[in-house]
Order: sequence, then structure tokens, then C-alpha cells
Amino acid sequence: MAEKAYRKPLPRIDEESRGFWEALARHELYFQRCRGCGTKRLYPRAVCPVDLSSDTEWVRASGRGTVYTFTVTHQNQSPGFREELPYVLAIVELEEGVRLMTNVVGCAPDAVRIGMPVEVAFDDVTAEVTLAKFRPVS
Amino acid sequence: MTDIWRRTAVVGAYEHPTRFAPDKTAYQIHAESARGALEDAGLKISDVDALFTSGVGPIGILSLANHLNLRPSYVDSQAIGGSSFVSHCVHAAAAIAAGLFQVALVTYGSTAASERFAIGTGAGGHVMDPPDSFEAPFGPTIVGSYAMVAQRHMHEYGTTSEQLAEIAVTMRKHAALNPHAKYRDPITVEDVLASRTISSPLHLLDCCMISDGGGALVLTSVERARDLRRPPVVILGGAEAVRHSEIGRRDLLDIAARQSAPLAFARAGVKPADVDVALIYDSYTITVLATLEALGFCAPGEGGAFVGGGRIGLGGELPVNPDGGGLSSNHPGMRGIFLVIEATRQLRGECGPRQVKDAELACVHGTGGMLGQRHSGVTMLLGRT
Repeated sequence: MAEKAYRKPLPRIDEESRGFWEALARHELYFQRCRGCGTKRLYPRAVCPVDLSSDTEWVRASGRGTVYTFTVTHQNQSPGFREELPYVLAIVELEEGVRLMTNVVGCAPDAVRIGMPVEVAFDDVTAEVTLAKFRPVS
Repeated sequence: MTDIWRRTAVVGAYEHPTRFAPDKTAYQIHAESARGALEDAGLKISDVDALFTSGVGPIGILSLANHLNLRPSYVDSQAIGGSSFVSHCVHAAAAIAAGLFQVALVTYGSTAASERFAIGTGAGGHVMDPPDSFEAPFGPTIVGSYAMVAQRHMHEYGTTSEQLAEIAVTMRKHAALNPHAKYRDPITVEDVLASRTISSPLHLLDCCMISDGGGALVLTSVERARDLRRPPVVILGGAEAVRHSEIGRRDLLDIAARQSAPLAFARAGVKPADVDVALIYDSYTITVLATLEALGFCAPGEGGAFVGGGRIGLGGELPVNPDGGGLSSNHPGMRGIFLVIEATRQLRGECGPRQVKDAELACVHGTGGMLGQRHSGVTMLLGRT
């Protein structure tokens, strides 16, 4: 990995989310499912908000989904982002039914549409952190 | 059950005239606003026994009490974003009805513009609460969050940028009648569409400004209000709600107002059709459009058509933000207090050229936070009775 300093915010990897981030580092995308009531959830958390069960399983996502909504960001003066304008901020719905915030990469920002099929593109941003971004299905 | 509504009145309201105050501190604006609202009410600072504020940091309300040398027996530093000050009024209504205190002072002050805070179009202040770890790495700006709601609204209902621009144009028309408004020169739909894109589909002129400013409110019981100098403006009903990313399946068009509005209208015993003037937090044009639908002034998906044809302008069916709102009058970061101040002044009939004729019922709705992610909505009905 290049030693160029990464300037964007990094996630805080904690006891509730460690499994999610460790899987991403292996280039695998997981969501959680409550063993008590079967509810799928993202972002990961220790207690199911539906039945308050702590009995949780990790389920591997296919990595395929569609763009639920997006915006082409033209203004953001924060370090790391201002160098990459314009970029696409999006919410992607995984085919398993849960949604997550992400960036759509690998295409012209103006080509992004709601409903567009996308697939996960793992971005190793530091030695510890990999982000799940998405690109159009080729 | 004892009814807590119609028992509390706004008796003092003051909007600080400043829009750029490099010569003032935020706490000074709080104090000057407190003076203005207490003078308006005809009350002394020694009458105040409850203090409400927001936007002042974790123990900022203690600093504010210190600065104003107050010994309140009730404090509330609600922190749900720009709607916090509307929430203060709802809380004060319940507490006054319960007899917990006599006179509430609500203050706000900010030097966002002169300190060059990036509010609407900058990145959010990420403190890395649990949801932030799954959002901040991707560069969500505050405007970007609202823009994703706009994009979804366009997708589901065919809402257009021209329809959103009508809202900005209307706010600017209103601001021309407000001598304190920051931007008073007329704009057209074409001007809005030609302004640079900040976060698609929102343009610069779809976004609120960043200004300095502040304001204050004084509230007390309707009994005590009868002896004061201004006609009381009564809190008829109010309610709060929050929305967020849920567990990963939220409908982004299901905003907090959809929950707070029916509760508030039911508590007030009035209907959207009864409302004479609406004060709606206009952080962005989409905020107004989505809120109008959620408040029940039109059906979901009809907001785009509703805001056209002069309907939300002065003289229209439902005048919205006669002061010019955050899009054209002022926006120091948390605008909720100005909604209540303008509603109060409209119901007193003291707004001069921007007065809504015979305004008797006002609907206030504050939005705080990020509409496409976690946010709050507070609806309140105010009346002259």
C-alpha cells in the first residue's frame, strides 16, 4: 500500500463493529441477522433493536445491489474529499434487502442513476480499514 | 388527564437584526436577544425562572446561565439540531401547565458567518457516534443528505428542479419585504437553475445561507399573559419525532414530520386546511417541499405542484415564511427560533408589508439534523386565542 497519508475520516472500529470491518479487510461484505427474530441489520450493532436479543449471526452478502439514491457532491472542503470533487455519495440497497451509505466509483458521476445495478468494490484505504464502495455491474 | 395545551403563551419575541457581527460574540447575541424579548414582554430578567437554549456545547447552558447571571430552577438544552427551539416551546408548554416554573427564557446566538463555520454546504461535524463510522468515510455533507432525499423524491414522483426553485424564488420575494433580510434582490427560477450545483440535484440557490444572528422568546402561562403588554400567542399543540437510517431499510421520504404533524394537529384540535400561515424550516428547498407534504398540506408526491402558482407566497392559499426564511433572511446554523418569532409576530399582526392578513392560526415545523439520515421534526400550532 502506498504510504501517502489518508486524510478522510476513518471508522471507529469497536466491539460492536469489529467483525464487519475485519471481514471487509478480507474483501468480504457481511451484514447481521438476529437469531431471535430473523431481522437483518446494518450498520452492525450488538443488540437487535426489534427483539433486543444479543444472539446475532453474521451473513455474507453477495455484494450485488442497486442504487437507492445518490448525489453528485460538488462542494466539500474537507481534507481528502476536496481533492476528489465531484464524487458520488449514495445509498445502495443490497440484494438481501439492507441498505448502506457508500460511494459509487468506476463510472462518470453523471452516469449514476437510481435503480442502477452495482457491485461491491473493496477499497483498502489503510492497513486496517477497507471500505465497501460500489461500481456499476460490468 | 389535564390538558397541557392552550395554557402557555409566547409573550415576548425578538429577532436580533444582525446578519454579520464580527464585532460581537455569540453569548453577547444571546444577551442582547434576551434583553429584546424581555422588553417586548414587559418582564424583567429577575422574572425568569427557566432557561432554554441550544447550540452551546455540552455544558453550554451552564455557561449561558453564568453569562446572564441566572439561577433558573428549570433548564433545557435540547440538542436535536435547528428544531431544538421549537422543541423548547413544546417542553415549556408542558412544564408551565404542570406548574414547574413561571417564566421561560429561550435564547439563541451564533456568529457562524463571521467565524466562517461551514454549515449547510460544508461537511457535517463528525463526532464518531456509532452511525458516523458507517457514513463519514464516504463524505456525506449536510446538503448531500438533503440532496439524496430530493433525488429520491424526483425519482418517485417526477418532481423537478424548476419546482424546487419556485420555493427559493418565493422566499426571496418575501425577503424583499423584510428590511432585515440578508438577500433582498429578486431572483428567478432560471437564476436558481443557473447557480452552480452544490450537491445534485441542489444548486447554490436551493441552499440556505450562512449568517450571524440570534433571537429570544419569553413564555408564560396564559393567565399571567393577560396582564402583559403584548397580545398573547397561545401554544395550541405540539409534537416531536425523529427518523434515522433505522436498521438499514428506511424509506427516505418517510421524514419525521409525518409522525409529529398528525400528533400536533390532533393535540391542537385543528386541521391543515385551517392554517393561515406556515413557518417551515427551509434549510434547503427540498426541506420545504417534503415538509409541506408531511404536514398534510398536500398529498405525498404533490409538493412539486403545490409550491407553484403563487400558492405559498404572500396572498396565496398558504403563505410560507413571510420573513424570507433561511434561504433569504438569515440562517446562523439553527433556525428554529426564528420560525416561532415570525409566527408570533404574524399572529400579533405587526409584520407591516409582509403581514399575512387576518392571520389567526400558524403552523411551525422545525427540522434538525440530516433529512436523509438521522434528523428531528417538531411541529407546533400557535393561535391568537
